[in-house]
Amino acid sequence: MTSFDQTLDVKGAKCPMPLVKSRKAIGDLPVGQVLKVVATDRGSVADFQGWAKTAKNVELVGQETVNEGGQDLYLHFIKRTA
Amino acid sequence: MTTTTDTDTLLERIALLERRVAELENHPAQGIEDRVALVVFSGDLDKAIAAFIIATGAASMGLEVSMFFTFWGLSAVKKQKIFNGKDLLEQGFTAMLPGKLGDTGLSQMNFFGAGAQIIRSLMKKHDVSSPEELFALAQELGVRMVVCDMSRELLGVKDAELVDGLELGGVATFLGDAARAKVTLFI
Repeated sequence: MTSFDQTLDVKGAKCPMPLVKSRKAIGDLPVGQVLKVVATDRGSVADFQGWAKTAKNVELVGQETVNEGGQDLYLHFIKRTA
Repeated sequence: MTTTTDTDTLLERIALLERRVAELENHPAQGIEDRVALVVFSGDLDKAIAAFIIATGAASMGLEVSMFFTFWGLSAVKKQKIFNGKDLLEQGFTAMLPGKLGDTGLSQMNFFGAGAQIIRSLMKKHDVSSPEELFALAQELGVRMVVCDMSRELLGVKDAELVDGLELGGVATFLGDAARAKVTLFI
């Protein structure tokens, strides 16, 4: 499990909300810290990769898929770099 | 002595350049202008949804976003219908065209508005943000929204019929942003 500083729950949120909410949360995060985003949106896996590739201030440090109570949860660990 | 200083300076500059190259390689899309320019020409609900999702998504990714509403696309940024002070033709256009985003229909399978209602209920069922929420979100995220003043005048749309806080502009306003954009879409 990748280490993280804060967690953001975006379960149930659909495109583009996981991204929008994460962007807001990462803005409140001190530089250097890692945000763990918990999503149920399957498209978020590729979305977070695209975001990290484009944005200047975030780095995707890990992604995991876990099954919780029969539901797939997509975990994204994003680090604020600037 | 001078030679040493020059070598040091050069090494320093090489190190700086290497860091810069590594930085650029890590973020290939990074540039002076990370901008997206969208033309919203269509007045259909489905296309407006696509436009607002792209706009909010791009803004969340840290891109600058400009949206240009022209022709039928004005329907996406209207808030009401006003008939007073318009000539017959303008009143006709006002009567025939949607008065707000909520009145717009689908580009396909609209069935006199039933299709639009079905899509809206499906979006709600699947927890997708409503078109109105996406619009508000786009404004909140600082998306630049410009209304084409020429088509506004042509269709007889009054300023008071438009949502507050929009800019007015023309083709050069769009091109000014589009020329510096990495992504340009005509919707």
